[in-house]
This record gives sequence, structure tokens and C-alpha cells, in this order.
Amino acid sequence: MTGTPFHLAVALDGAGWHPGAWRAAGARPGELFSAGYWTDLVTEAERGLLDFVTLEDTLAPQSEPFHRPDDRTDRVRGTVDAVLLAARLAPVTHRIGLVPTANVTHTEPFHVGIGIATLDHASEGRAGWRPQIASRASDAALFGRRTTPQLTDDDIRDPEAIARRLRPLFAEAADAVEVARRLWDSWEDDAEIRDAASGRFIDRDKLHHIDFEGPHFHVRGPSIVPRTPQGQPVVASLAHASTPYEFAATASDVVFVTPRDRAGVARILAEVDEAVAVTGRDLAARPLKRFADLVVVLGDTAAAAAERAARLDDLAGAPLASDAAVFTGTAAGLADLLEDWRAEGLDGFRLRPAALPHDLSAVTGTLVPELQRRGVFRTEYTSTTLRGHLGLARPASRYAVPAAG
Amino acid sequence: MPAGSNAGQPPPRAGQAKQVHLAVQLPGIHNVTVWTDPRSESQIAVDSFIRLARAAERGKFDFFFLAEGLRLREHKGQVYDLDVVGRPENLTMLAALAAVTSRLGLAATVNTTFNEPYEVARRFATLDLLSEGRTAWNVVTSYDAFTGENFRRGGYLDEADRYTRAAEFLSTAKELWASWGEDDLVADASSGEFVRPGAGRFAHHGEHFDISGRFGTPRGPQGHPVIIQSGESDAGREFAARDADVIFSKYSSLEQARPFYEDVKRRLAAYGRTHDDLKILPTATAVVADTDEEARAYADEITREQVSPQTAIAHLEGVWGRDLSAYDPDGPLPDVDPEPESLILKGHSVFRKGREETARRWREIAGERELSIRELMIEVHGGQTFVGSPRTVADSIDHFVQSDGADGFILVPHLTPDGLDEVVDRVVPLLQEKGVYREDYTGPTLRDHLGLGLPKETP
Repeated sequence: MTGTPFHLAVALDGAGWHPGAWRAAGARPGELFSAGYWTDLVTEAERGLLDFVTLEDTLAPQSEPFHRPDDRTDRVRGTVDAVLLAARLAPVTHRIGLVPTANVTHTEPFHVGIGIATLDHASEGRAGWRPQIASRASDAALFGRRTTPQLTDDDIRDPEAIARRLRPLFAEAADAVEVARRLWDSWEDDAEIRDAASGRFIDRDKLHHIDFEGPHFHVRGPSIVPRTPQGQPVVASLAHASTPYEFAATASDVVFVTPRDRAGVARILAEVDEAVAVTGRDLAARPLKRFADLVVVLGDTAAAAAERAARLDDLAGAPLASDAAVFTGTAAGLADLLEDWRAEGLDGFRLRPAALPHDLSAVTGTLVPELQRRGVFRTEYTSTTLRGHLGLARPASRYAVPAAG
Repeated sequence: MPAGSNAGQPPPRAGQAKQVHLAVQLPGIHNVTVWTDPRSESQIAVDSFIRLARAAERGKFDFFFLAEGLRLREHKGQVYDLDVVGRPENLTMLAALAAVTSRLGLAATVNTTFNEPYEVARRFATLDLLSEGRTAWNVVTSYDAFTGENFRRGGYLDEADRYTRAAEFLSTAKELWASWGEDDLVADASSGEFVRPGAGRFAHHGEHFDISGRFGTPRGPQGHPVIIQSGESDAGREFAARDADVIFSKYSSLEQARPFYEDVKRRLAAYGRTHDDLKILPTATAVVADTDEEARAYADEITREQVSPQTAIAHLEGVWGRDLSAYDPDGPLPDVDPEPESLILKGHSVFRKGREETARRWREIAGERELSIRELMIEVHGGQTFVGSPRTVADSIDHFVQSDGADGFILVPHLTPDGLDEVVDRVVPLLQEKGVYREDYTGPTLRDHLGLGLPKETP
């Protein structure tokens, strides 16, 4: 492999990111809630040597508008808890990173923190986490203990308007991630001593109260889960505007962005850099990996891909609309685009297959070999952990006192 | 209970003998675990969980059970360090175990105090889908503000509210699980209908929860998880008689277990339920060796490991509510009186209530028998339930069940992860030979293993 490593992930969601995907040939719509379906997908992704898969999640059933529920019956509706799904997939995979989405607005940060830590134990060091805020009033009604700002139809036309309205939720989400990270650090690596002579299983001086105090919650700690294989699982977030860029700069190890073209890549990365500067993050100490999201509709020829896209649009009854750019074409064409965009400074890409399993198989079966031929993608896993794949060091516990001398 | 205490003739068998149910609990934070044994491995590595779960499935056990503790216990203001410390988040680890087992039930303890019904119902529905119908929920409440310090809610619930919240929590979860009908997931590509209109719609307006909307996760194979309840109080027994499929008990001696069994089963009729609708499973340990004598010697050894000198003092401090570190564990009980209002050991339910009475009783026992502190602690905390050769243990288990002391047991091995092997490989075959234990699983779901039908729908 020449040059710096090229990172590649896939985002798995239901039958694929195209709303017509569940009706396409080869789809398995009746199995979307079964372990077998997801096992097939994630083992395929692992065959392609991908860095990680992300698993989408929502609290209530999905909806066409981003900000409020619909009552449509002609779209995939229903999800399983993504953290549990990732754990179910952990023993049937061996190298690929598993990055579930988990809500932080209506949940207890302690529960989420120990769930992700447990996923890291269950996967022996392959856990990530995409913290997600829940802004819909209808989501708040599922819990009945708070209200959240309701976005209007006007708000959602502009990512900056959304971000302004949701700024308090992002601030709270940053606190939730901070709590999780402190919990992950609350056991030092060598806390378990099993000292039969003194009868002590642990050295209690190596467990720490985290004593987080914020406007929305306090958490005393320490974690109930011992230090995990990665020390800290990898935190990833999706961002479209200044506030979420700042959230990523504060809280994330990986940020997913949504440029529409190469110029957009440059512009967005500059905005991310600015957010990093605003938050004072030291990138040498805590690198932030920058991935671009792309929806992909792949075919053996450009015409075949276009035909598939049109067919999916027909099945959905509407053309595909996405927050991310949509690539329709061949794997070779996609490889060209990835190399071109990456020259602006991206670390990698998160591809969203339009239809499963077709577009995932095209990524692993044709795109990956193409990238390997070009010498820009790994030909085997060289690490066993997600941090290892991404070239991120295993952090020391913030509470550990460096050994003297 | 020492070996032989269940001696006596088993009752004559009319027709088919009662079937024994077995489950296993991964030994966690209490002193059942002998972590000083060189065979003791990690209590947190996934490999430990996988090996124990596979042993349980090899033994055709009903389920694998995980207890919960949402704050590490503290002793004199510091994390308790004498027992195993640390455990996984239950549902996440059980989801991983669903991948490496195919029949074994997966039972998670989740409290109703520091959770919300929507999230808990959604996670259990997920696990039921991903395990193809093998989940159980042990419904518990948390008891103090100490645990609450880890949560948004804090410790505001008072004693009475935590039970009314628990009852409403469970009924609300059942409403959520019932909100998807069996045919609501259509997924018909040709017609273009994915879900039936209104799938998941619910509205619950109660004292503790006022929530509405659409439940986001389709119905699992069991309709809803098997419900487990523990608790010896009158209210606990009534809750179990009304709502539970399994009740845990601590009564592992036949003389205490039989009245409990009779009382709980008698309460079922008032709720239109029959004798077999609720399984009573005490927690138990088993020490198996080639001969009864060897097993007894081994059991004594285990018990001494479980109650180390340091553990003996710590337990005494828990009841006395004061620092007793100056006392010799091999000497007599302290002459100072307990401070019943002082909680020196936090996060440990055993030492919460009735400590003056406990201290009085312990003084009596120690005085009569001239026991040292450690000997007393071994007497009151130690002891194994079933001790003996495989034949003796199989006979004792069978006798206990046929005598209506229980429907089976939750076994807690003292070694992780291979502590169940002796029971699985040497005792289970004898139970099978007796015709009181399944040769193989007869169905795919945990409800099948327990002989339970699908749950009745919440009206």
C-alpha cells in the first residue's frame, strides 16, 4: 500500500438508504429484524476488509420528514436497538469495527456508557458509538419527562437553522459523551490485582469516582464495567453545520460530513478545522478522523447503475432525496471520485449502500479490489481493534498517575 | 444446607414425575466466587460468558441469568475490594451470547427505578427478535439514593413509590409489546405495504408514566419476554402470583422452601392462573466430587476460600455499622454494640435492614458454640446447597423438586467460567436417567422450555 491509509466504512440501514430498496429484487424485507440478515451483511463487509460498519437507529418508527412522524405504510418502519444488534454481531465477526447509533437525549448517560463499554468487551476491542440527539417532540412523548425544541417545516430547509434550534441538545449530548469517556477511564488498566495474600480482588485506589456535574445530570461513578480492550471505544458523529462540527470537535474521534462535490469537501473541512480551533482541541493528542458520506448506487456499467437508480425511484414512487451526495455509476468511477475528493484532506469515506445487499456486495466485490489494485486500500487486516484500523492510539486513563522514574 | 439434610424417602411417584428446571447465574460480585482459585479466569472477558453459556446449553438448561448492580458497592467510603468487582451491562452481553447459543434462554435483570418503560421494552423486544424468542426479564427495583447518584433521576423515589412504579412500569411495557400485532409486519414487496396502518400505536396515561406515540420495534417471537420476579415479602409474592412466570427464592433448605412454594402457588388461582404457570426457582450451589466424602472436604475448602479473614471482618462491619478492623478474625465477636443507623457497606441489600436483630442472633450462635468471628461468618454465610457424588446431588435435586420445595434451581457456580461442567457432565445425565430432566430441548423459545404458553394480551 502506498501513501497514507485509506479508510472505508459502510453505513447499514434497514434494506438500504433508498426508500424503494425494500421492494427491489434481492431484498429481504421480511428479515430486517432477524439476526441472520444482519449477520450476512456484516460478514460481507468484513470480507471486504472495511474499517467498520455503522448501524442506524431511531426511537420511534422512521419517517419521511426528518422532524416529525408520518403514518406511511409503504416504507420500512421499525428498528431494533442498534447497540444490542452490534453485540449480537460481535461474536460472528472478528475484525470489523461495530459502530451503533445510540440516543443520548432521552436515555441515561450511565446506561449508554456501560452498554458501549460492554460492546467493546463483547467484540474484544471493536466497539464504536454514534451518539445521536432526538429532537422530535413525538420522541419526547415516548418518555414523558421533558420537552425538546420542535423544528418547523421552515427550520429544516437550512442546516444552520436546525443547528441553532438544537444547540442545547448538542451541548447536553457533549456532556453525555464526556460522562461516557470518564466512565471508560474510571478503571485504570491494572485495577484488577487478585492479591490472595491481602484478600483484595482489586486495587481500589485505581478505581475513580468521575463526579460529573452538568446542567442536565450528574454522575458519580465509577463505571460498573472494567476497563475495556480499547480503553475508550471510538466515538463518531454525523455533522452538517457549525454546531454539530463543534460537537464533533469536542466529543468525536471520527466525523462524518456530507459534501456534494470536491469544492464542498474543501469548504467543509475548513469549517471543521475552525470548529476544532474554537474548541481548542489538540489534534496531535486527539486526532479527529474526517470521513465523507456518500450514498452509492452501483452497477457493472454506468448505464446499468442509472437503470437501477431509476428502478428504485419507481419502486419508491419518488426520486431519492438525501442529505449526502448520491453517486450512481461503476466501482471504477466511484474509486476515481474517492481518490479525487480525498486529495482535499479526507481520511476516508462512509458509503451508504442504496440497496442491500446489492450495493454492499458491489462495494466489497468490485470497489475494494479496484482500490487495492490502485494500492490505496489494505489487502488484509493488520490490527484487531477498531482503533488499530483507524490508526488511533489506545488512550491511557486520565486518572492514572504516570509511574515515577 | 449440608449434604444429607434432604435425606429421606422421596414421595411415591404417581404418573409422570415433575420435571426439574435448571438455570445458571454467572457468579458476579458476591462472595460465592472463589477468585483465588488458579482455575478462576476473567469475570468480564467475553470468552468467560461464552464458555459458561455453552456449558449451560450443553446441559439443556432453561436459561443463563445475569444479576444487576448499577453502582459498585462501597465499604467505609471506598469501593469494596474483597469480592469480584465489575460486570457487563446485562442486555448487551446477552445479545452477544445469543450469537453463540441457539436454545438457551437469556435472562437480564433490569430495574424499574432508573429506567423508562419505552427504552426497556424496546431493548427486550430487540433481544427477543435477535435471539429468536429466548429472553427473560428479572424485574427489580433499586433501593437507594446511593445508586441514584449515577442517574438523572437521582434517588427521589421513596420506598412505597418504587413498588407502584415497578407495577406500572411492567404493565406499561406489556402495553408497548402488545402494540404490534402478530400480522402488523407485512413486508409485501409486490403490494408495497410494509406495515399495517397504526402498528405500534399506544397511549398510556398513568400515575408514573404519561406517554404516547408509536412503539418502534416489532413484536418478538415470544410476544413478550418471560417475566421473572424475586422477593419474599407478601407484596413480592402477590406481584409474582399476578405477573411473573418465574420467581426466584432464597430458600434452599427444604423445610423453608416448602411453605414458600405452597403459599406462592396457592395465590395463583386468584388471578386465574394454574399451578404450572409460575415456576419457583431458588438460588443454589452444587459441589460435586467422586465420592460424598471428597465432596464434603472440597465444600469445606470452598467455603473457607469464600469467607476469607478479611471478608469475615467486612461482613461483620456491615452488620455492626462500624470499623472493626482492629479485631482478630480468629478471635471472639466484638464486645462493642452495633450502630444500626450507620451504613458502612453501601450498595449491599443484605446489610440494610434488621441488623440489630441479626447481631443479637449472631451473638447467641457464637456464644453457644464458641465460634470465632470467621467461624461464625462461615456458619451464617457459607455452606453449599448440594454436596456429594454426582448420584447424591442428582438424588437431592430430584427429591427437593418432587417434594414441592421448588420447580428447579438457579445454580451459581463458584468458579468462572468452567464451574458448571461437573453438574452438566455428571449430574444432568443422572437426572435424565431418572426421567426428571429433558433429554433435549423440545422447542425453540424460553417459554417452551418453561412449559409456558404465549402471554395473555393486555386488555
